[in-house]
Parts: sequence; structure tokens; C-alpha cells
Amino acid sequence: MAPPTRVKTLKINNRDVGARQDETILEAAADVGITIPTLCQLDGLSNGGACRLCLVEVKGSSRLYPACVTRVEEGMEVLTNTERLTNYRRMILELLFAERNHICAVCVSNGHCELQTLAQDLGMTHVHFPYRHPHMVVDASHERFVIDHNRCVLCTRCVRVCDEVEGAHTWDVMGRGMDARVITDLSQPWGTSDTCTSCGKCVHVCPTGALFEKGKSVAEMLKKRQFLPYLKLMREERS
Amino acid sequence: MTKVTLATVWLDGCSGCHMSFLDMDERLLDLMEHAELVYSPLVDLKTFPDMVDVTLVEGAVSSEEDLAKIRKVREHTRILVSLGDCAVTGNVPAMRNLFGVAAITERAYQENVDLHPQVPREVIPALLPHCCPVHEVVNVDVFVPGCPPAADTIFFIVSELVAGRRPDLSGLTRFGA
Amino acid sequence: MTPEELDEIATIERETTHQFQHRVSVCVGTGCHSAHSEEVKTALEKEVSRQGLENWCQVKGVGCRGLCASGPMVEVDTAARLYQGVTPEDAVEIVETLDTGSVPRLECPTDLPFFTRQTKIVLEHAGRIDPERIEDYIVMGGYTALLKTLTEMTPAEVIEQITTSGLRGRGGGGYPTGLKWRTVAIAAGTQKYIICNGDEGDPGAFMDRSILESDPHRILEGMAIAAYAVGADEGYVYVRAEYPLAIKRLRAAIIQAERNGLLGKNIFGTPFSFHVEIRLGAGAFVCGEETALIASIEGRRGTPRPRPPYPAEFGLWGCPTLINNVETIANIVPIVRNGGAWFAEIGTENSKGTKVFALTGRVNHTGLIEVPMGITLREIVFDIGGGIPDGRKFKAVQTGGPSGGCIPEEYLDMTVDYASLAQVGSIMGSGGMIIMDETSNMVDVARYFMEFCMTESCGKCIPCRVGTVQMHELLCRIAAGQATPHDLELLEELCDLVKQTSLCGLGQSSPNPVLSTLRYFRNEYMDQLAAKPGE
Repeated sequence: MAPPTRVKTLKINNRDVGARQDETILEAAADVGITIPTLCQLDGLSNGGACRLCLVEVKGSSRLYPACVTRVEEGMEVLTNTERLTNYRRMILELLFAERNHICAVCVSNGHCELQTLAQDLGMTHVHFPYRHPHMVVDASHERFVIDHNRCVLCTRCVRVCDEVEGAHTWDVMGRGMDARVITDLSQPWGTSDTCTSCGKCVHVCPTGALFEKGKSVAEMLKKRQFLPYLKLMREERS
Repeated sequence: MTKVTLATVWLDGCSGCHMSFLDMDERLLDLMEHAELVYSPLVDLKTFPDMVDVTLVEGAVSSEEDLAKIRKVREHTRILVSLGDCAVTGNVPAMRNLFGVAAITERAYQENVDLHPQVPREVIPALLPHCCPVHEVVNVDVFVPGCPPAADTIFFIVSELVAGRRPDLSGLTRFGA
Repeated sequence: MTPEELDEIATIERETTHQFQHRVSVCVGTGCHSAHSEEVKTALEKEVSRQGLENWCQVKGVGCRGLCASGPMVEVDTAARLYQGVTPEDAVEIVETLDTGSVPRLECPTDLPFFTRQTKIVLEHAGRIDPERIEDYIVMGGYTALLKTLTEMTPAEVIEQITTSGLRGRGGGGYPTGLKWRTVAIAAGTQKYIICNGDEGDPGAFMDRSILESDPHRILEGMAIAAYAVGADEGYVYVRAEYPLAIKRLRAAIIQAERNGLLGKNIFGTPFSFHVEIRLGAGAFVCGEETALIASIEGRRGTPRPRPPYPAEFGLWGCPTLINNVETIANIVPIVRNGGAWFAEIGTENSKGTKVFALTGRVNHTGLIEVPMGITLREIVFDIGGGIPDGRKFKAVQTGGPSGGCIPEEYLDMTVDYASLAQVGSIMGSGGMIIMDETSNMVDVARYFMEFCMTESCGKCIPCRVGTVQMHELLCRIAAGQATPHDLELLEELCDLVKQTSLCGLGQSSPNPVLSTLRYFRNEYMDQLAAKPGE
């Protein structure tokens, strides 16, 4: 008989919370209706702790912890929405907006974009860093989909879903720092990719308008992600 | 009681924010009970007054004229409001920054023109190397994102400012909205 | 290989050496190698053979002697005469004067504080053995520490010695080595790995490079001891591809050790087996971060991941993995040989042993030095380093590379140890030490390091990827005299963000050069702000 799953008790925002020992702070918080902002995290995919939006404070430590990969611990006291955290989150968003060319007004995902929503939720009314306006390319070589690097936030959801769920590993990241960008196969036009199955999963997990379906105009691109928790659940039950 | 003075300025934008301003419709009359519109592209005054209480700026800073204008406006304004995405982020006008002034003027005045293609040098103000949001060149007190911000949003903002309060925008508007 | 065979190799080697009347040792370490010491060595060999003196005078290549600024260095007999700045043309004269005297114009005084004030443990063989010959290493007692470990000590006893020694990680973090070993030793799992981190990337740093190039067998022996202690049977040395000489010598050393049964199956006839492979880094600075390094060895993109889990528990291929820096590993053999207590005698309360520094910048004697922990910065700069050239004034010393900070003159009498350096806003780091004089512009220094961090950011987390770019931009504006006081505020705001929220140590420490220069040289920033504040 497998040992029973242990339960941990902790405090999140001064609320007593019980959680399974294998749960992350993010999951434990969600269980009791506390939302922690996330961007790279997506249920059903592995977590890299990359976007740093879900950082939380843990009492007794000066470090900040990414809630998406930090497991709950007995007696932990977590704060998810202090002023300090909100400031950091807002600045991180500002850095993203300044990094590439996010022009919400003319974006296919306007009104359905996680970046845009995050900015609104966190009260980010403007970017106080200089915009970089890099010249990015748009690859429309695929028959049905487009990648617009101007709108990519490098969350790597596309990379992970393609590798972990579709099993094609068409997407990956190349380059360092500001030069980093997602690529298909060995950095070739998407339309010429031998590995892409055109399943469209990458398009639908993309939080912004970076990946979209051809023929969609401003504000028309709605992302449908229901398939992911479903696939995950089915695979868990099968194994 | 003296009325609060209000001005609106139009830099590099599509005038959509001014249209949205006008979309307040009859509420404009309510506003004018407490405020006086002393300068605007919508009214017939040529010079910016000595001191204005609240100035709404539409548009990004794109040309040397824009720059001179906004500096002057800032000097003569108590509360400067960046109204709409162009003023707040640079928005569509700033998309030219990806290509540079030369390429953009070439495309606009030469490539896409059939009859006497030529780059205007006298009548049109010279473009700045980079089009930027208003707060990159002068201090801005209130930011109202939106493309354009809804009339309701503008009404709320202006009413609050006229009443001497700083508006809390949370949840009211967003980039691109 | 049996203990007797090991002894025999040493005896034969000793006898061979004794047959020669003279020994001419040419430094073929990092610095001298760059100064074409191989050509000097060839010229000396030619000259010796031209005069038919092959059985009378031995010409050897040896590891780094440290005084790189004066290279190529040549030593005649043991410590009898030291020559500096030797060229191939000097070969005739050097060989002719072997018996009769010296070549005065080439002489380098051996009583310089540069030589006398150092304490060599890690570099004890540097300048004495030919790094390309295992016999040279064995004659110095090489591989006897491994023999002792395997035949006389339990793994727990080895770890005990390392813990007693007080050795802390030399790669920059300063984590207690004994504790790390113990964690890996008790971690669950039958397959464990050892990784030696030779991805030295700090600008101006060449400690690990020099160790690998001067004494590669010491690393192999240290790794084998570590493997025995934690229960690993496979090891990787991760060396950056920019170090071809280190790779060449390490490769040769592995083959020699394998041929002699000092690596491989059933070493010294014991059940212990250990294999070592080299992995080449492709030049990404971030691959020195342990989780990124592991990803790189696994063939994936070299980016860090959040810890925990730490590699000690979940490392290479998901197995418990011990990662130690080259210099840390280089300390293992002497600790095992002389005991942990001996090592703990050297240094200060919380920082034991010695530290190798690459002394560069505006100092007379640039080169590689090894000093006991607890020495003062003043001793390093003015005694060992010989002070500032051209009669200029000392301004600051930068330690810890792009993760470290600049320490001003007022702290020159501070001792060099982990805690003191951290207290003044720098870090021990891996051992880069750059001296700056009054002509150095501190904003430029900060900008230089920020540019480094910006281009070396892996791009995974947002604060480091974009924050470093924004900080660099602001530093450029300040340097160009175009910045406003508001820009300075923005810079400090970004420093805090990037430090607090970045994923890995590279990002978290990238603001350090800015923070420390702001702390001690804020006036320089203020002086360079735009004369008239912008609007």
C-alpha cells in the first residue's frame, strides 16, 4: 500500500490553508481562491519559474520564492500581495512591454491577452522605462498559423506544449539575453518545418498575440486552452 | 466660484481620443458647469493660456513641433494628463521606430505616391528620430491608457480632476481598450 | 596499479632527474604560453642538443610561476636563477652560462615580495612539474592521497577531514565543501556523479585555467577522492572550449591516469572504480551556474532552473551530483595528505586555507597569486602586486567579477575573507582581482560589467534579460553626460528589482558592480549627470 499523502498546514495571506505535500504554493493558494499572478505557468505544462511574476514572500526568509515551483511546507507563512511584490510585478510587466513591440490597439489578441490583463489587474498604467522598439520579424510561412515575434514574451509555453504534450519539439529557444527568441526546428521558416504537426497547441497556449491563426483580425483571436487540463488528466489516468 | 480651466492638446494621434471626448455628449454640458475649456483643437483659441489647471494630451511626441508644443504646455499646466495609448505608450505612431525616419518618409512620400513623389521639407514639421510617449519628454501626472479611452472613462477622469481629486483608474481602462 | 608500482614510478623518475647536472624549466602556463614560451623552450632544447648536452641538462616545460607580467619565465635549477622576459634568442647565452654564472640582463629577483609573500597550496606544483607528464606528478607524491583514501579511509572519514578543514567553495558562493559532500553522500540513489566546474568566465580571471594547465592530475586525483567519498563512479570536467591548452593537458592526463590504472576500474585493486570525461562549454557565462551547467552536459540549452531541488539531491540526469569548482577540487589532495586540521590552521576563523587570485589591472606585478585567507588587500596590492605603476594613486580593487564589487581605498586594510568582502558589498568570487587607479572612471567600470551581464544573460527570466539591458542603457546615458537625477533613481530601482527577483545567481548579482560603485563613488555618478537636468 502506498503511504497516504501527507497534508501540510500553512498560512497564505494570514489565512489558514491545508494542502497536499506535493502541492505548490500556487496550487494551494488557488484552492482557497487566492490568485497569484502568473505568465509562463500554465496548468498541464512543466514549470520553469521564469517570468518571476508569481514570486511570493515567505516569513522568515529574505528571499522571494516562485509560487509555481515552491512546494508547501508545514507552518509556512506566505504573503502573496504585499506592496513590495506588487511593485516588482508591475516593473517586470513594464520591462516586458518595453522589450518588444506590444501595440495592443492593433493586436489580434486585444481584449483576450494575458499580458494586457495582467497590466490592468496590477494597475500598470504606463511604462516608465524607455521603449526599445527592436526590429522583430513576423513569420507567416505556415499554412494556418503566424508567429509575430514583436508580441512574444518568451514564456516558452509553445516550446513546452510542443515537447511535452504534442511530442514534436518543433519549438525551441535560440540566442541569449535580448537576442533570445523562439524558433521552429533549426531556426527555419515555420512553414518548412518537418516536425510541426500543425496541431495548433502552441497557438492556443500562447498568452499573447504572438502566435495566432491566419485570417484573424484585431481582437479576434481567442485562445482555447481547455484541451490541456483534459489531456493531462487523461494521461494521468491511463498511466 | 472660479471654474477649473481645462485644455486639450493633439500631438501625433488619430484624433480618436478627442472623438471619445466628444462622445461624452450631453455630459460635456455638466462638466462645463465646473470647468472651462480654454484651449483645444475643438475650440477656436490660437494661443495656450498662461496657466491651465488640467490639460489632456492626445498623441505621441513625434515631431519637433510636438516636442516644442508639449514642453510649452507642460510649463503652463498644473495637471498634465496623458490621454490614450499614443500619449501613454507611443502606440501606433511609435511603430515607425522599428524602421527609422528615412525608411518611413521614403515609403510615405515616394514609394506610395504616383504623382510628383517628393519628401516635403518646409510645411511638414521634421520628425524626431524616435517617436515616444509624452512622459519620456515631460513629467506627466495622470495616465489614462486606452485606444481610445471610453467616453465614460474620460468623464470619470475629468470629473474627478475638476473636483480636485486624483482619479483611481484601477479596472477602468487598459491598453488597447 | 599497486602501491609498489606507484612508488617505483616515483623512484625511477627521481633517479632520471638526478642524472642531470642542470635543469632549465620554462613556464608553459597561461601567461607565458601567450608570450610564446613554447618557442623559448624549443630554442633551449635545440641549443642543448646542438651542444650535445642532452644528458647533462634537462629542459622542461612547467606550469605557471605566477608573475605573468614578466613572462616568459625561465628557471635554472631549483630556485637558483630566475629569468624573465626570455626570448628564443637568449637560449644560447642561458645554456652557455649554466655552469659559470648567469645572464644578468634577464635576471628576475627571487626575493620579491611577489614570491615571498605567497602561500602555495593549490599551486604548489606550478612551476615545478611538467603538466604533461604523469611521472612528474607522481614524483611529487601524486596519487598517494588517493591511495591513502582508498586503502586507509572510509568515505565518512574523508568527508570528516574535508569538514574539519573548513574548506569552502572557491567558485564564488563559498558554500562549505564538507557539507556539500555529505549531502550528496547521504542522498538517496545508487548512481551519483561528480562534476568539476571549469567554466571560468569572469573577465580577467584565469585561476582555474592555470590550475588545469599547470597541474591537471591534481584535479583528477581530487575528483577521484571526492567520488569515493560521496559514492560516485562517474565524473565530468566541464571546461570552456576557449581553454584549448587546459583541455589538451587534461585529456592527456586522463589518458595517462587510465593507462596507469589510476582512473578506471578497481583503482589500486580496490572495488572503487571511477571514470572521468571532459565536456566542453560553448562559451556561455551562465553555464558556470550549476543547474545551467548540468543542463549543458545533458545536451540541453544551458539555462538555470529554480533551486530547490539542489543538484546534491537532483542533479545530472536526475541523480545526486556533487559540483565543485576547479580550485576547490585542487585543495582536496593536500587536505587529505596533511589532514583537515592542518588546513584549518591556515586562514581566518571562517575562511580557511588559501585563495588564488588573478591579479590584473593597474598594478605592477600582474599575474597569478595564491595567498592565505586573512591577508589584507593592501598587502596584495602594494607588496605582492608591487603597487600602482607610473606613480599614480590607487583607487579601487574589484573582486568577484561581474557579480562582485569595487572596494575603495578606505578598506585596503581589510582582511580578505568571505565575510569581510561581503560586508563591504563585494564577494570573494572565483578570484578575479582588478586594480584600478585614479584614472579609472567608475561609471565606466559599472557599465563594462553591466554590458557583460547583459550579453551573458541567458534570457530565461525577465528581470535579468530585460533589466540588464535597461540598466546598461542608463549607465551609457550617465557616461555620456545625458542622464538626469531621475535616471539615477531609475537605475537604483532596477538594481533592486533585478537583485531581488532574478532566477539565478548571475542575474541576482548583476547589479553588484553598480551598487558598489554607487556606494563608494556616488560623486562620480553625480558629476556625470547632465549639467542641466532635462525636463
